Amino acid sequence: MSNFFEKSDVSRKEAESIISDTLQKCDDGELYLENSKSESILLDDNKIKNSSYNSDLGFGFRAISDEVVAYSHSNEISKNSLKQSSENLKSTLKSVKGTYNHEIPKSNKKYYDNINPIEQKSLNKKIKILNDVNDYLRSKGDKVKQVTANFLGEQKSVEIIRSGGETLSDVRPLVRFNVSVMVEKDGRKETGVYGVGGRQSYDSYLKDENWKSVCDEALRIASVNLESKPAPAGEMKVVLGPGWPAILIHEAVGHGLEGDFNRKKTSAFHNLMGQKVASEGVTIIDDGTIDKRRGSLTIDDEGTPTEKTVLIENGILKNFMQDRLNARLMKTRSTGSGRRENYRHIVLPRMRNTMMLSGKQTQEEMIKAVDKGIFAVSFGGGQVDITSGKFVFNCTEAYEIVNGKIGSPIKGATLIGDGPSILKEVSMVGNDMMMDPGIGTCGKAGQGVPVGVAQPSILINKMTVGGTKL
Amino acid sequence: MVKDQEFLETKASYCLGLAKKLGATDSSVVVKNSVSETVNFRNKKLDEANRSDDLGISITTYIGKKKSSISSSNLLNDNLNILIEKCIETTKNTPEDEFNSLPDRDLFAKEVKDLNIYDQTHIENNQKIEYLKKLEAAASNDKKIVNTESSFTQNKSNFVLANSEGFCDGYKSSSFTASSVTVAKDEESMERDYEYSSKCFLKDLDDADELGKIAANQTIRKLSPKKIGSEEIAIIFDKRIAKGVLNTFASAISSSAISRGTSFLKDKVNQKIFSDKINVFDKPDMLKGLGSRNFDSEGVKTDTLKLVDQGILKHYLIDTYNGKKLNLKSNGRCGGTSNLYFENGNISFKDLLNSNSKSLYITETIGHGSNIVTGDYSVGATGFLIENGEFKYPINEITIAGNFKDMFQNITLANDLEFKYATNSPTMLIEGMVVAGK
Repeated sequence: MSNFFEKSDVSRKEAESIISDTLQKCDDGELYLENSKSESILLDDNKIKNSSYNSDLGFGFRAISDEVVAYSHSNEISKNSLKQSSENLKSTLKSVKGTYNHEIPKSNKKYYDNINPIEQKSLNKKIKILNDVNDYLRSKGDKVKQVTANFLGEQKSVEIIRSGGETLSDVRPLVRFNVSVMVEKDGRKETGVYGVGGRQSYDSYLKDENWKSVCDEALRIASVNLESKPAPAGEMKVVLGPGWPAILIHEAVGHGLEGDFNRKKTSAFHNLMGQKVASEGVTIIDDGTIDKRRGSLTIDDEGTPTEKTVLIENGILKNFMQDRLNARLMKTRSTGSGRRENYRHIVLPRMRNTMMLSGKQTQEEMIKAVDKGIFAVSFGGGQVDITSGKFVFNCTEAYEIVNGKIGSPIKGATLIGDGPSILKEVSMVGNDMMMDPGIGTCGKAGQGVPVGVAQPSILINKMTVGGTKL
Repeated sequence: MVKDQEFLETKASYCLGLAKKLGATDSSVVVKNSVSETVNFRNKKLDEANRSDDLGISITTYIGKKKSSISSSNLLNDNLNILIEKCIETTKNTPEDEFNSLPDRDLFAKEVKDLNIYDQTHIENNQKIEYLKKLEAAASNDKKIVNTESSFTQNKSNFVLANSEGFCDGYKSSSFTASSVTVAKDEESMERDYEYSSKCFLKDLDDADELGKIAANQTIRKLSPKKIGSEEIAIIFDKRIAKGVLNTFASAISSSAISRGTSFLKDKVNQKIFSDKINVFDKPDMLKGLGSRNFDSEGVKTDTLKLVDQGILKHYLIDTYNGKKLNLKSNGRCGGTSNLYFENGNISFKDLLNSNSKSLYITETIGHGSNIVTGDYSVGATGFLIENGEFKYPINEITIAGNFKDMFQNITLANDLEFKYATNSPTMLIEGMVVAGK
């Protein structure tokens, strides 16, 4: 754990007294301290292009009165800068008359080990693997024209000091290993990308030459795309494969179930609590407690232990995801979903690992049930307009389905749908739920946080496919 | 107060000195400070006030052709000592790359012009609040508006870039940004839209009243949208979307994409990639320009480039590393473009709307559907159906798709260019795109 006050001119005691003094009569607030170390090692175009290391230290001081949030952050953990921040907060919240909410749940569970993945593997070994990746892929034939591979590693220590001196802390490891390959055939170029990661050491993902299977998958996707033909345009049935395609759930309904948008009534879901929003058999949870997953957290960035939150149970909307501010204003409790990218940002209710649970059907049954449609196996990114509920995502691997059989691969097309109605169009839920490989980053209000998704194969009766072939 | 030049220069030269002492044959350093203050309103009430003071340093060290870099927000010398030592260690262990080097000496910017991008005016939070009150009153005037969120940010930045070749320079810049996001509702739908103004000088910022009104009107007109059928149709991109076409163009001509062979515009210099009348400029020395700069992020001088002349691609955007790889000189575009824009076309906005009996006017796109390797483009879109030059009704839940290679050849521009962002385009018509709907 970092000792944030060791090299500072302000002692922990003095800091605590500034915090308590600033937050008295506020409804909530805390001092959030963060020390993160991260590295990036990139191989590209046959060379180690970049080896960089970042060390970031800072605090964010937050005071909340009723609905108003005052926030001030700085890189300097010093008496001067804490006092200046305190003054900023006080001047924003001129006449506060709240009661500080001291209640914060406790838990002894931890979902990852206290390790620094950067230090666990030497630079030379990381460089060797990247070079091996390059050699391995380029040995697969002349069609391989470009290989990019990188390691991203991080250790983030956080500490939350609340009024009265209550202190909560967490040390979070995070790694990611990514491979991207470009292939060319008859003047046509296509790319395939694959990666793995989570909250444990690099070696947990690389052992037994597992990096080769990451390369194979990236190359397979690129090769499939070389044979792809233009995607159809229009409304049709869509079968989604298991795992990563669950970013559809993340975009289509996940964001719309975040507390802030519902408190502000700007989400298309805000008046649907307790109502049927999905087909029977559809259950969606947001779970921060899965061991060593990318979206898991022992405590969130307000100090609340994370949990498994049921969002939709058998088609009925059950819960929103809450941070402390929105929970208080909506008269409910935090679900441990208060997150921030780093100390520069305010807390927002965010997703962790968002999962649709398994049903009974098989993927085969779904394909058979489609006369004309597409089978989407993997996606790039997605996005949603919370208010209108419309969302999109981009296929990176997809096939046409003709008369119950999988046909040719089709070019990257965008799928567009309507969040509040899409889950009612789910007519089959597969028995093959799978987690994604640990690569997701979710963006909201300019803040990126690591997340996970999972789902079984599903059949959606009607979605618009944005191809070019009419 | 943002840190002054002297403080930043002292830190920079400390780092260069230490790197040299520890064995670096070359090094470069950037020290930055940025102080911003934001006030957010929601439904006519104060929602959030945020002050941020960000200090950062990034150092790159070279030992011959080996290179590595570190960055940190902790500028205490104790910490810098540890980091620079680590950086040198990493540099030693990183394989050589023959193209690694600082820029050629004769390319460094010699003179630093006053670009008029720093306004020392300080706007207090209570003045920001006055502005936002006025804005929100205008934005929420109509009963259909059910939620308003608005924001005012003042940002002041300063930086110094220094390297072991003796280059050492930097300057202050400022921005004042106001935005309004409104949600409108009727029986059938709920929609959101926005308006925004960002300027280097406070006095140039759009009028609060005007900004709020525009945001509200743009939102209300989106209510009760329809979905249309799939067809091939002419697309008109609103200016705020049209600039995205330029951003994709800029990514596709970046020297890194070209040298890696991952761009659909590789080997297209001196070839016609746009329709005849299209000219594209990147002009770094525009006074008060939101993308103005005196030199790029390596210290290389930046001249105005006519990137596209009568439809013909004239330049890539070249930095030192990729330039050496491509055997081309850096043209001062490390870090991308500055003030990038399409020159005005020669027909009016009204005539553009009238140029087809039926077209789609796109005001928002969602999704990351631009592929610079293949040029394929497919995004979700929201907009309006235009018939005989008239806005008929709002449209949503459609996608538009095409390939940039074809789209570029079919662009017609209106003559309504404004410099509202760092990258700007007049309203843009593209014929022959495919819409997927019902």
